[in-house]
Amino acid sequence: MKPSAKQFVPFALFALALVLVQSILRATGREYCLTQLTMSLYYAIVVIGLCLVMGYAGQVSLGHGAFFAIGGYTSAVLTTHDFSRFNTTDWAGALRQAHLLVAKDDLYGNQVVTASPWAAFLAAMLATLVIAGLIGYPALRLKGHYLAMATLGFGLIVYKTVLGTALFGAADGINGVPEWNLGFGLTVSGRSALRVENYYIAGTLVMVLLVLLRNLIHSRVGRALQAIHDRETAAGAMGINTAAYKLRAFVLSALLAAMAGAFFTHYTGGIGPSEASAFKSVRYVALAASGGMASLWGVTGMSTLLNYLSLRGLFGSYDNAVFGAILITIVSLAPEGPLKPLGLWMQTMAGKMFGARRVEAAMENK
Amino acid sequence: MENGSLALQYLLSGVTKGSIYAVVAIGFNLIYSATGVLNFAQGEFVMLGGMVAVTLSHFVPLPVAIVGAVLIVAFIGCLLEITFFRKLRRHSVLHLIIITIGLSIVMQEAALHIWDEKVRSLPYFTGNEVSSLKFLGAAISPQVLWVLGTVAVTVVLLHFFLKYTLRGRAMRACSSNPDAAMLAGINIPNMRTLSFGLSAALGALAGCVISPITMTHYEMGAPLAIKGFAAAILGGMGNPMGAVAGGLLVGILEAFAVSRLPAAYNDVAAFVVLLLVLFVRPHGLFGRPGGESVREH
Repeated sequence: MKPSAKQFVPFALFALALVLVQSILRATGREYCLTQLTMSLYYAIVVIGLCLVMGYAGQVSLGHGAFFAIGGYTSAVLTTHDFSRFNTTDWAGALRQAHLLVAKDDLYGNQVVTASPWAAFLAAMLATLVIAGLIGYPALRLKGHYLAMATLGFGLIVYKTVLGTALFGAADGINGVPEWNLGFGLTVSGRSALRVENYYIAGTLVMVLLVLLRNLIHSRVGRALQAIHDRETAAGAMGINTAAYKLRAFVLSALLAAMAGAFFTHYTGGIGPSEASAFKSVRYVALAASGGMASLWGVTGMSTLLNYLSLRGLFGSYDNAVFGAILITIVSLAPEGPLKPLGLWMQTMAGKMFGARRVEAAMENK
Repeated sequence: MENGSLALQYLLSGVTKGSIYAVVAIGFNLIYSATGVLNFAQGEFVMLGGMVAVTLSHFVPLPVAIVGAVLIVAFIGCLLEITFFRKLRRHSVLHLIIITIGLSIVMQEAALHIWDEKVRSLPYFTGNEVSSLKFLGAAISPQVLWVLGTVAVTVVLLHFFLKYTLRGRAMRACSSNPDAAMLAGINIPNMRTLSFGLSAALGALAGCVISPITMTHYEMGAPLAIKGFAAAILGGMGNPMGAVAGGLLVGILEAFAVSRLPAAYNDVAAFVVLLLVLFVRPHGLFGRPGGESVREH
């Protein structure tokens, strides 16, 4: 398929929406809302990744909260834990040469040696790659929905481990995570002076990932995944290695969740055990379902919006119940997501107004 | 002798917990055979059973409270099937599973708001917390006997129900070949409702008998569901009697793991078992690798 100008329209609209929201908030003097929006954008990355597993590979993962936490906690531990007692060893010297370990002063003026945020990020990615592979390999070789249970169990283990381990700060979580200098003069940080910059960092990250995933979905791999989603047996009979494709999709989406976790942790300066809880994982599934599972744009929009409302405290103590109810309602009434029926309805209305030819054109562009 | 009685003590505690996992695993099996859905709300039935029974026991005698709780939860199970799964015949299994995930969260949150986050429990059926029987040097609470007895009787009754009664046979026919069962005049939707009701009732009963020992808490459902699922896989999915063996194995393994590992990691054992079984014998310890049906649900 040749790239045509029309493919860029949604991306341009997304960029426009990002700028528009920021300008409106600035004009109305409510720029503090950008903080929650930035957090929602990072959460949206998890849901976009989940979209790949649910909408394309046809599996449910209830462990994405845990992968988010693995990303966040690995970053947090490595960038706050003091490695200075290894100062004399050769490998510590080598790592410092490579700027993977950095020396700095802590709150009390003592010199500490911690991993640099980039090194911690790479370690988080590596850890996630290995763990997701270990969970996914046995569960995805089987027909049926064993991945959901395996990941639910895995999520509970991560939650309990984080709660019970002093290194992870137990119930308090980890605070004081340093800011992350990305290079190019960009810094992931919760400082209010950098609020607008961070909003755009998160927005750009989401956009870049969407471009990459869109290309993946429209490639050979994406078509294979879709075939698995529709009829796994038939896909296998066509020579698609269903288990390998499902595993790759699962690991990739786990990596996205961990990446979001790492950025989120540097942005908020800390992470707590609730990020790993089963509720969080279910919430990601609910958000993916509410956006229509296989629609990257729907998922991005809905998850940013709903997470934002939840972070603003709109749902009060019924937060989890609201997401559970959203999940049930949307999946039972509109399994393809609420946006698709809405879009069809709008096309029908447009058809009545402009005649049938326009509608056909619109259908083709879909 | 000292070591021996300690091991016996662990074994007994493992069998007690394991028998509850077995009941949850049977519940998974019943619904899975009838509908192909993994019911994530299975653990919630256990929690609800305990909660409702605790509340009822303030007003009526204990046995009546338990019967009442089992009936109410069975009714909720049937209601869930009728409102969601019967209406959504055209949904894929993936969607139905996602709905059960949502149901599990909503039931949990509802329990949190109806009752509260406090831990509750039914009184001991006979005796109290400190009364114990001596058995080969190990101390057993009489409640353990109640749990084992109830589970054993239930499993035997269920076995006879599935094997020898008309309705039970219809249920098995419906799970082995729905189309043929329909042609034979079996009302399949009703059988599916029955499977939900039955597995909710079993869960609620387990929730009642275990309540004095492990307490009832609104968050207890999910860990139970996972361990029950591990037991069901271990016994071979679709094999209710294999589930009993699977449940006991998971329980015993967990009890011995607790004696070796820090408490924070006490759920790790069941999960490792689950993954190992998925790796090595995905068709369970007693099952045979079967052919795959191409029929889409």
